[in-house]
Amino acid sequence: MDTPELENMEVDLFVQALHRRHGYDFSQYAPASLKRRVQQLAQQLQCRSVSGLIERVIHEPQLLPNVLDGLTVPVSDMFRDPAMFRTVREQVLPMLASYPQINIWQAGCAHGQEVYSLAILLEEAGLYDRTQIFATDLSERALQQAEEGIYPVRDAQQWSRNYQAAGGKRSLADYYSARYSLLKIDQRLRRNVTFARHNLVSDGVFCEAHLIFCRNVLIYFSNVLQDHVLSLFRDSLVRGGYLCLGLRESLDYASAVHDFTAFEEKMRIYRLTSHSEHEVT
Amino acid sequence: MNAPAAIALGCSAGGVDALKAVLGGLDAALRQTILVCCHSSSDTVDLLCEVLGRVSPLPVVEAKERHVVRAGAVHLAPSGYHLLVEGDLHFALSVDPRVNHARPSIDVMFTSAAEVWQNALIGVVLTGGNADGAKGLRRIRELGGTAIVQSPDDAEAPTMPRAALEIAGTDYCVALNDIAPLLNRLCLV
Repeated sequence: MDTPELENMEVDLFVQALHRRHGYDFSQYAPASLKRRVQQLAQQLQCRSVSGLIERVIHEPQLLPNVLDGLTVPVSDMFRDPAMFRTVREQVLPMLASYPQINIWQAGCAHGQEVYSLAILLEEAGLYDRTQIFATDLSERALQQAEEGIYPVRDAQQWSRNYQAAGGKRSLADYYSARYSLLKIDQRLRRNVTFARHNLVSDGVFCEAHLIFCRNVLIYFSNVLQDHVLSLFRDSLVRGGYLCLGLRESLDYASAVHDFTAFEEKMRIYRLTSHSEHEVT
Repeated sequence: MNAPAAIALGCSAGGVDALKAVLGGLDAALRQTILVCCHSSSDTVDLLCEVLGRVSPLPVVEAKERHVVRAGAVHLAPSGYHLLVEGDLHFALSVDPRVNHARPSIDVMFTSAAEVWQNALIGVVLTGGNADGAKGLRRIRELGGTAIVQSPDDAEAPTMPRAALEIAGTDYCVALNDIAPLLNRLCLV
């Protein structure tokens, strides 16, 4: 049996190896979850220990997409937290409607379930044709899946319930076709989505956004990295722009929080306040 | 032995009554940090906090990410998130895939608590309808912590305590009503 201290040492070494070999810095990820993911990755790749994984990360560069996918573990649902999507539908979109062109950035889009949820909201609000959604993720593999928009059909029932609870006006089935055990999102929903690689740790401002969606991504980051990313969001948002976080995310230790005011605290929806660089267009 | 620093409890089906029995019997003088993972289909643990808070002499709150664990308080894992503890004793949440069909998973919480508190942790497995918690309890014991399992004959759903006994073994296997007195005895050294 390995002691936690030994295991933690191995994880630290792995993080260093990944950084030095491939330039990806996970040192500011929250340690407990990162450790679980690294250990799971070692298991998936049939390494005896995390030390074994270090060797492979150094000598088998083709493993990198696997590794990044494993370390970012994209999990989501359509209309996860329906009450939050309802708030976006009823309170945020009407405000965005005043802009001639709407830019939305979803940071950490994982497999795209929330991108398509947003696209549906925009479609139903009659705003989609003047909206551009930038959906970014660190993992190439996640982006590919997001772009395909293919999901297990067993999720459809729950997602339909979520959609209805979020104030859906039609039937969710209008937006996908099901075949065998899979469902495929209607290609038309993708028409104004740009999928792109973006690393919140190291990449800069991505676009000038009216709304940033970044739910349950910062929970994996240390306070320092959380603050860094919030500053990045601050610099990316137009004044008065909206930021949506996950429902259990805490900004209690973030100094960048002072740049935002709660729009709907319970739904973790914030607006940018004290920022002069970008003006309302 | 020094007094333990923390207690981690796990349960699923029928867990609310079991939790009421255990938390209701705790001594108000306990200074341990108490973590609870209770599977449920509810969207929030607000109601559970309220129900348990009424019977517990210690405050019952939802664990908040990034906040430091509190001594002498009961922290519930939020619905839909795994609850973990970092080495510097603050809470972390994750939406990683379900473990044993559960999120929050008892195994995830137990394992992370075990690695932080090691031999200063008591793990408690109560009634439940699946095997979640068994591997976590094994990790608690491996690292020198103490295990308490509700006696399966006494449990509304015996699967969880049975799995814990099989996979982890235990230091104490007692009836529900004996768990709180045992915790008080172990913790008030």
